[in-house]
Formats: sequence, structure tokens, C-alpha cells
Amino acid sequence: MTSLPEPSAIKLGLVIDLDICVGCQACVVNCKEWNTSGYGAPLSDENAYGANPSGAWLNRVHAFEAGEGESAKTVHFPKSCLHCEDAPCVTVCPTGASFKRAEDGIVLVNEDWCIGCGLCAWSCPYGAREMDPIEGVMKKCTLCVDRIYNDNLPEEDRVPACVRTCPTSARHFGDFGDPNSDVSKMVAERSGYDLLPEQETKPVNKYLPPRPRRKPEDAPMSLVAMAESNTPNGFWKWMDSTLDKLG
Amino acid sequence: MHPAPSIIFFTSASGLGLGLAAWIVLGFVDMSNFFHLILVATIVFGLIGAGLLSSTLHLGHPERAWRALSQWRSSWLSREGVLAVLVLGGLTCWFSYTYFYGSPPEWSAWILIALIVLTVYATSMIYASLKTVTCWYHPLTPACYLMFSASGGLLVTIWLIVTVEQMASVEIQSLAAGLLVAAWVTKFFWWKMLETNGSISTLETATGLGSLGKVRSLMPPHTSENYLQKEMGFVIARRHAIKLRVISVLMGGLIPLFLLLLTPTSSIALGLAVLLHLCGVFVERWLFFAEAKHVVNLYYGD
Repeated sequence: MTSLPEPSAIKLGLVIDLDICVGCQACVVNCKEWNTSGYGAPLSDENAYGANPSGAWLNRVHAFEAGEGESAKTVHFPKSCLHCEDAPCVTVCPTGASFKRAEDGIVLVNEDWCIGCGLCAWSCPYGAREMDPIEGVMKKCTLCVDRIYNDNLPEEDRVPACVRTCPTSARHFGDFGDPNSDVSKMVAERSGYDLLPEQETKPVNKYLPPRPRRKPEDAPMSLVAMAESNTPNGFWKWMDSTLDKLG
Repeated sequence: MHPAPSIIFFTSASGLGLGLAAWIVLGFVDMSNFFHLILVATIVFGLIGAGLLSSTLHLGHPERAWRALSQWRSSWLSREGVLAVLVLGGLTCWFSYTYFYGSPPEWSAWILIALIVLTVYATSMIYASLKTVTCWYHPLTPACYLMFSASGGLLVTIWLIVTVEQMASVEIQSLAAGLLVAAWVTKFFWWKMLETNGSISTLETATGLGSLGKVRSLMPPHTSENYLQKEMGFVIARRHAIKLRVISVLMGGLIPLFLLLLTPTSSIALGLAVLLHLCGVFVERWLFFAEAKHVVNLYYGD
């Protein structure tokens, strides 16, 4: 059924820390690696070794520049499905293939029912869904539903592949339904926010803003300036004046 | 948005066929002659059927298309499918009754017309319900679809009336001319809305980085075009939009209007008017997709 369920008590999702992400693309690669052999059909590529390779990816990292001049900042920007509470991709689906789980809020595609009409991708403002070029079905982030509940994996691996692999801990996984969870606390402390709030999709995933940068005048003193501001004494004072006398 | 030929043909042809069916069930064409009945039924079912078949061509899995009839509670695409099936079934009954017993009761015509109007409305709402495409998300979108269906349908009806060697009354001709003008005036307002109705979203709200200042795309996340850009980043039409609009108005509106008014008794001239109108609507529909901008383009710096 593609009507949305009642909001679930458990809301699983990601926090992405834009202050920390260095744009290394490790999450992109590990996402592709896990999901090409996990839930549903493999994530196919076209012309993978040619001049214009393309394919279905569930997580992509953009880079943006914000601000002007000296205060301009480069921000690496990972983007995957935000598992919206009012997910338009679910209600537009004509077949019931696109659905939001009532128990934890994860948005999934039943690939055996998907007719590949592409309307869900049109309805998503974030570009979180991509058609598989070979299978002809819609692909999207599953929040690694086949990892997070998987008892065959060691406990530390029961998080989404992108979170597990991030070398800088810029991605965090947790329950936003619980105000005392780590992710909820992080969002409260760092003023985490929604992408495109005016599209009224109520995304579950949250983004943490880059921390304010120090102004140049507040920066620590440079070594040269520090050396010049020190007046030598003792042996160093004697050597300084003797060397001066030598011309 | 990428203008897929199969979807352009689907919305144009089935819209025209549904509009025609509405005027037919109102009894505009005399069908006491068996050959007239066959001719009319062939064109009605041909247009609607070819449109619906074409709509399945862009699917990744056309063999599962029947599943699309299941989610009418939430999905306009599903509603469109269900309504189209009801209309096709209803029309089959209507034409069979006409063949065996003569004119069907009047109430059956009104039920069919209600279903036809709802079907065209549902087709338009597939697009008009998408908040991500600002110019589609507007009441003028269904208004255009309904007006083109009604005016084009009546144009085909008049051609059929003349072809089966009857005279189209002055009232019907005036109605057709009026509807044709009204359809293109509605489209004119839609184009005006397209230019003035900007998106509520910006790259600043898309990234949440507006507090740092103006945001620019520095690097795309991949080295060559991806599905999102191919599907939603279509820009070729925007450069030629004005020329194409003029072409669509000439072919779809002005020339058919003159043919309708100057040669109202010539089956060949009216047939040409119908063909030109359909071509004009193809161009109009192509622009409807090609000019539409999706909010996801913000992330790609557009």
C-alpha cells in the first residue's frame, strides 16, 4: 500500500556532519559495494570502463562553495535518501512498490513490483532515487536494512555501510524518535537542520552545519611574529649585539 | 524535464481520443449507419488505445503495468489507469448498445462524460501534483489539459460529421472555434505563469548553507552525466522556447481555426486541420516537459 503509514515511534536515519566531511568518497564506494550484492538486484553500471561511465548510485558527494572572498568555505556534501516522514515518492507510486515501513520509517522499493515508471524519482526534490539502467527498476538507499538488523554480522557492523566506512566519522546512524539517542542529542547541540524544508517532505536525516571559522585576527600568532616580538637576554643578548657589531 | 516521446504521444493522443468520445456520446455524429459507427469507434478506440499503449513503452517493466491499477487511493497515475479502463469498458458497452439497439439512454452519456473528464483531469494531475516541478504544480495545468482535450475532440468530431456527409451546424462550428481559442488562451496564461512563478527553493535552502553566504556548486559528485541529469536536467528547449511556442500556436490553433471557418464543408481540409492540431499539441506537450525545471537541478548548480 503506498499510502503513508502513521508516523512510527522509531525513526531511523542519518546525521551528516558537514563540518567534518572531507569529500573522500569512501561512503559512496562502500555504499555501492554493499548494495550491489545486498538488497535487490545488483547496482548496474553502463560503459563502466569507457569514456562516459554512468550507473546507479545510492549516495553521492557534492562539493559546494559558500560565502565570498576570505570567508568563503568549501563544503563537501554527501546526499542520499532522507527517509522523509511525508515521502512524496511513496504516495505517487502507482503499484505499491514504493513504501515506508511502519515499524522504523525506512523507505524501500519492492523491486518485484516496480514497473520502472520513474514517477517517484520525479517527485523527490533531493534526487535520492536513480533508475537501474539494466534492471529497469528504481534504486534507492535502504539504510542498509540488510545490515542493521543482521545478527550474522558483528555488532559494530550493524550500521549502514556509509556510516561504518567513514574515516572521519562524519556520518552517524540512529533513532530520531528517541530524544535521548546520540543522533537526537547531536542535532540538538549543533542545530541540525532539514534540507529543502519548504518542500514539506519532513526529512528524517539531518545535516550539521560547518562550525564558524576563526577570523584572521583571532588566529594563533605566526612563528616569525612570535620570534620578532621576543627580546633576547643572557647569552643570546650578547651574541645578538656581537653579531650586530660585526656588521 | 526529459520529454519522452512515448509520454508526449500518450497525453496528446489519449487526450484527443477522450475529448472526441465525450462529444460522440452526446450524439454529435449520426451513427445509424453501420459504417459510420465502425469509423467512429475505430478512431475513438484507436486514439485512446494507442495513447495508453504508448504510455507503457517508457516503463522498465511493461509486463507489470497491470499493477499500476492498485494504488488509486494515493497515486494520480494509478487513478488515471483505473479511470481509463472504466472509460474503455463504458465506451465498449455504449458502442455495442448503439449497434444492437440504437441510441443508448441519456444517463449513460452523462456517466461516460463524467468519467472522461475525470480521466483527463487525472492525467494532468500526474504532473500537477508534483511539488518538485514548480510550473506544473498549478491549477492552470489541469485547465490546459482539459481545454485541449475538449477543443481537439470537437475538431475531430466536426471532421467526422462532415466525412459521414452531414452538415455541421453553425452552433457546433462556433463552439469548436470558441473552444480552440479558449484552449490557447489558457495555454498563454500557463506560459505567463511559467515565467513569473519562480521556485520557492534555492541552492541555499537545498544545502542549508545560506547563513555562510551565496552558495555555488564547486564539483559535481561524478565525472559524467547521471540518471538525474538525463531525466530532469533537460535544457535544449529553453533556448528555442519562444519559436516553438509560435509554431505550436500556428499549427495547433490558428491554421485549424481558419480551416474550420473557411472550409467547413471540406472533409479533406478539416482532416488537415485535425492533423495540424495534433502536431501543434505534440509541440505544446514537448515544451510542457522540456521547459519544466525540477528542483533537483539546484544541486547541480542550475
